[in-house]
Amino acid sequence: MPEKSASNLVAEPQSPPKIRSPKRPAGTLYRGKEGMWSWVLHRITGVAIYFFLLVHILDTALVRVSPEAYNAVIDTYKTPLMGLGEIALVAAIAFHAFNGLRIILIDFWAFGAKHQRTMFWVVIGLWVVLLAAFIPRQLMHIFGG
Amino acid sequence: MSTAVAENKPAAAEVVPTFTATLMIRRFDPEVDEEPRWEDFDVELYETDRILDALHKIKWEMDGSLTFRRSCAHGVCGSDAMRINGRNRLACKTLIKDLDISKPIYVEAIKGLPLEKDLIVDMEPFFDSFKEVNPFLMAGPVKGGKERKQSPVERARFDDTTKCILCAACTSSCPVFWTDGQYFGPAAIVNAHRFIFDSRDEGAGVRLDILNDKEGVWRCRTTFNCTDACPRGIQVTQAIAEVKQAIIKGKP
Ligand code: HEM
Ligand code: SF4
Ligand code: FES
Repeated sequence: MPEKSASNLVAEPQSPPKIRSPKRPAGTLYRGKEGMWSWVLHRITGVAIYFFLLVHILDTALVRVSPEAYNAVIDTYKTPLMGLGEIALVAAIAFHAFNGLRIILIDFWAFGAKHQRTMFWVVIGLWVVLLAAFIPRQLMHIFGG
Repeated sequence: MSTAVAENKPAAAEVVPTFTATLMIRRFDPEVDEEPRWEDFDVELYETDRILDALHKIKWEMDGSLTFRRSCAHGVCGSDAMRINGRNRLACKTLIKDLDISKPIYVEAIKGLPLEKDLIVDMEPFFDSFKEVNPFLMAGPVKGGKERKQSPVERARFDDTTKCILCAACTSSCPVFWTDGQYFGPAAIVNAHRFIFDSRDEGAGVRLDILNDKEGVWRCRTTFNCTDACPRGIQVTQAIAEVKQAIIKGKP
């Protein structure tokens, strides 16, 4: 006798009811607090830095292929547009680095989770101070003071 | 004294003031709708009413087809987690007077689990993750005497995570869970924490192994949405961090 004979007494197994996964209209945006938005920013800045670094490694590697081409590329870094781009890059790295330290503290410091919100505002504070020091210098650099 | 009592004439039954709030509810009937739709209801409510009372009023007096889960109505059973004004809350613990009623109140199902009807989602994937962490005492033979004794300090170690009512508010508030339904999710980790740090339990190694998985605690990106959503006030992200540390150290 087959082992599963008991199940023959039960009604024929039915295919599970199909639940269509609905798409629209979308639900509301989840209203997370500092923790969620710092994560969103961390990922955006992390990915942005990654793509910059990728391009930067490629253009630096160019020096081995053709020093002239390398010089041409590096010259474009001196244009005002790139100068402003550097401000964005520094802003992204600064946020990512400060917030990265906050995340390390959340994971490894026993009271990190408790103070995460305070630490987030400390991150923003440090970030503003760093940019306040960097941006005027960079602007002088770009537009020659 | 006696005059004061005499002056205390029985007052005419005071009329309890009511006000009208608008609820925007994200509805979905799989038999009719291709996709969810927002529907608004103007509901007459008292100061003391909760979102659950408003939903009852709609279901009982306006539209009987409105579908939602609830059982205890007092924050114990964990049936009625839903997204209220964009945040996961229990309908039975959210007072209308704490919300801004000059604007519509948005009510929708929790995110990341398959929507079945109106405010009801399929909780099976959520409970599957819960079951996977062995959420029961794994104790060996009693050592000396007849009881497994535990000091108040040892009991306090995991007190916070004993309070979970499995409402799924935390797991369905997690951005990682929305995009990766395989992730165990905060609730499963909270319930593993409850036993990992129980001095009577001997299954910590097994559970830490399970949570060291690719879809385990390392998926956590510390967004704190879970801690904010938990209706029992459990420090969920803290508990996850403690489990991460226990995995690194190889013991609770
Ligand atoms: C400069 C080059 C860097 C790049 C390209 C980079 C990129 C990234 C990316 C893509 C992530 C993933 C984010 C996520 O999954 O949510 C990440 C996470 C992380 N980064 Fe960076 N990062 C860089 C520098 C730093 C620095 C300087 C620090 C700290 C001082 C740092 C600390 C962290 C930490 C702690 C995480 C984990 C975040 C989490 O758990 O959500 N990173 N990084
Ligand atoms: S930890 Fe809190 S939010 Fe998560 S299931 Fe348990 S009671 Fe609900
Ligand atoms: S109905 Fe039981 S928790 Fe809200």
